[in-house]
Amino acid sequence: MSEFFSQGGFAFFVWGAYGMVAALLVIEILQLRAQRRTLLARLGRLSRMRDTGATE
Amino acid sequence: MFRVFWTVLKRDLTLAMRRRTDVLTTLFFFVIVVSLFPLGVGTERKVLATLGPGVVWVAALLASMLALERLFAADYEDGTLEQMLLTAQPLSLLVLAKVAAHWLLTGLPLVLIAPLVGMQYHLSDAAIGVMMLSLLLGTPVLSLIGAIGAALTLGLRGGGILLSLLILPLYIPILVYGSGAVQVSDIAIADTQPYVALLGAFLMVAAIFAPVASSAALRISLE
Amino acid sequence: MALNWFKFASPASFYPIAGRLVPVFWVLTLALLAVGLYWGFFQTADQLGGSNPQKEYYRIIFIHVPTAWMSMWLYMILVGWAAIGLVFNTRLSFMMANAVAPTGAIFTFLALWTGAFWGRPSWGTYWDWDPRLTSELALFFLYIGYIALHSAIDDTRRADRASALLAIVGLIMVPVIFWSINCPDPNQCAALHQRSNLMRIEGNILFSMLIMTLAFWMYSFATTFMRLRSIILTREAESAWVQDILTKEARA
Repeated sequence: MSEFFSQGGFAFFVWGAYGMVAALLVIEILQLRAQRRTLLARLGRLSRMRDTGATE
Repeated sequence: MFRVFWTVLKRDLTLAMRRRTDVLTTLFFFVIVVSLFPLGVGTERKVLATLGPGVVWVAALLASMLALERLFAADYEDGTLEQMLLTAQPLSLLVLAKVAAHWLLTGLPLVLIAPLVGMQYHLSDAAIGVMMLSLLLGTPVLSLIGAIGAALTLGLRGGGILLSLLILPLYIPILVYGSGAVQVSDIAIADTQPYVALLGAFLMVAAIFAPVASSAALRISLE
Repeated sequence: MALNWFKFASPASFYPIAGRLVPVFWVLTLALLAVGLYWGFFQTADQLGGSNPQKEYYRIIFIHVPTAWMSMWLYMILVGWAAIGLVFNTRLSFMMANAVAPTGAIFTFLALWTGAFWGRPSWGTYWDWDPRLTSELALFFLYIGYIALHSAIDDTRRADRASALLAIVGLIMVPVIFWSINCPDPNQCAALHQRSNLMRIEGNILFSMLIMTLAFWMYSFATTFMRLRSIILTREAESAWVQDILTKEARA
């Protein structure tokens, strides 16, 4: 196991490269989900405001 | 056709001559940038001679970049540009004339001042000659490509800094061959010929296609 | 097949399709990643022999090459949609181009980053002004320029069309940039990157490399569609069908 993680002594380079890829891709996914959530919340608020405005 | 070209060219030159400081600022920006480099990297003769071509070319890039912002701006603000879009003459011809005027005011002075900055960097006479030639062929290409960016960023907040972000990467080939020619001229003057040929080819291709792209960009920005 | 493609070109009809496809692409991404990584780490030799022996750090190839490919393909796709948008004046194609750009920029950055981490052990340097590295950097600047121009213009229609034109100009310039960096001295040419030939690569390595590429493709589809859905919602917020969706979401 530790042999696998050491990658023949090149752990820093191999995991540095893979780590950055994993980190950025995960960040992109999280950012997209957060973007969608805030967008839905904002639009929902807007449409509710309009609905209440129309009924009054 | 040529009458239109000349009219626009003369008009732009006349307008610029009424506000001469604009032309001089570009020129002095170029001279100042080039003069600051030796203070930063040291004044050793050999270092300067190696850095010289690259520094002069990068400074020329930045100077033409700064001037580009004003290429369409004044005409855009007073509505002249919109009138130009409506004329029966091909817009790309008008754009070409405007770019030509712009180059005569901002590019040509750089070519003429080049011997002076060349001496600051201890370049040989042959290298200075090649530098003038490469700038003469290269700076119009910079103006032509830059016009596309100027048209795209017309009237935007922070347009100037955005313009440099868009256009500087596209300047790479000119920078490579422009400064490459000067560097090679120090070793063998005959070897500069392919560089000059390439820059000339760039100029011709850019003169044909860049005005078309710029006028398309103008139409997008003004519609 | 009498399929009406323009039916899908409307944001309203593409929005639910994209929504259904996103989970599919995520499953495919994960499955392909699992296979590709397993194969890359456990089914390939520790060292490469030959005239240019590479130690274990060569495993970076399984992400370096795919990210580099993706960065270029995604730019082509971006330009393709931008061109379609300019020609046919379809809203969805501009939104597509917009949705692709950030993913492409991320892959470009990753290609540079993984390249640096591979270059250090094999060439002894993180960065070199090698043609491919430098043109990848130029490609990164083009992506950034596209995104910056689009976000700087408030009017959506102008932003779409202006950045589309910029992307097309960029695509024309990429070969010239690459060629000028590849051959800075027209009298002679040289490069640090070895000429690549897929046929010469060992089978297992090629297999995991291609599987990883497919995984990144699926990932790009998934993220692009997710972003596209957000873009559609933002731009069509006023339309009736978006309001329907919002009321449905609010109830759920």
